[in-house]
Amino acid sequence: MPVELRYEKCCLTALLSGEIDHHSAAFLRGEIDAALARLHPPLLCLDFDGVTFMDSSAVGLVMGRYKYLRGFDGALEVVNLSPAAYRMMRLSNLQSLAKLAQKQPEKREKVQP
Amino acid sequence: MSKTKHTLLNQMKLELDSHSVNESFARAAVAAFAAQLDPTVEELTEIKTAVSEAVTNCIVHGYPACCGKITIWAGIYHGGQFRVWVKDRGVGIADIAQARQPLFTTLSEERAGLGFAVMESFMDRIKVRSKPGGGTTVTLEKEIRGRAQ
Repeated sequence: MPVELRYEKCCLTALLSGEIDHHSAAFLRGEIDAALARLHPPLLCLDFDGVTFMDSSAVGLVMGRYKYLRGFDGALEVVNLSPAAYRMMRLSNLQSLAKLAQKQPEKREKVQP
Repeated sequence: MSKTKHTLLNQMKLELDSHSVNESFARAAVAAFAAQLDPTVEELTEIKTAVSEAVTNCIVHGYPACCGKITIWAGIYHGGQFRVWVKDRGVGIADIAQARQPLFTTLSEERAGLGFAVMESFMDRIKVRSKPGGGTTVTLEKEIRGRAQ
């Protein structure tokens, strides 16, 4: 599964994995939005720990969820970003809309094909 | 003849249908070709990301209503210079300067409008040639310093 959703302590966590591009983002958007519509969580945490590749489609995914959450005053957190992912998020000034956190250095050893 | 940074040492070309499922194949193919330069993981990620942006642009913007052909060429030059061009024969871009502005997008679909900004940030040089109705060619260049450095 490219996304696993968990809801506990008023926080919906989406554990993303694999590659996020324009092709895969549509599926992820559908899964996350269905859970947001059902739960209206005060906090959504998008966890990129299992993401092995992303392009700007993932930034679009994050921005879209931010807009969705604003509809019911939900907050957004994006965690475990690789250095390249963090750079891309900052290109769109996402740090002013959501809390962004990079992966811990010792967890960066994911080699891509 | 002495080798300069303009001496082409190796090249590859591939043609794909503009189906979004081909995005991952396109970037993986270019990355696999670039691997002979012994790039760092970071350099390889940057190439894959830039190619993914260029190919997605062809699919989303070049051929918005139909399926067309995307041609990708990659070349390795003397001294570790890597060049890729991604070409479609789609609708073209009327105002290239506007299209390259960060956060600019013509689509209501969930697009960040960052494609060109990411290509510029991750590669050394980017060139865009396009005319309405005449398709678009994006050329990306990067010097690969590699893991030996």
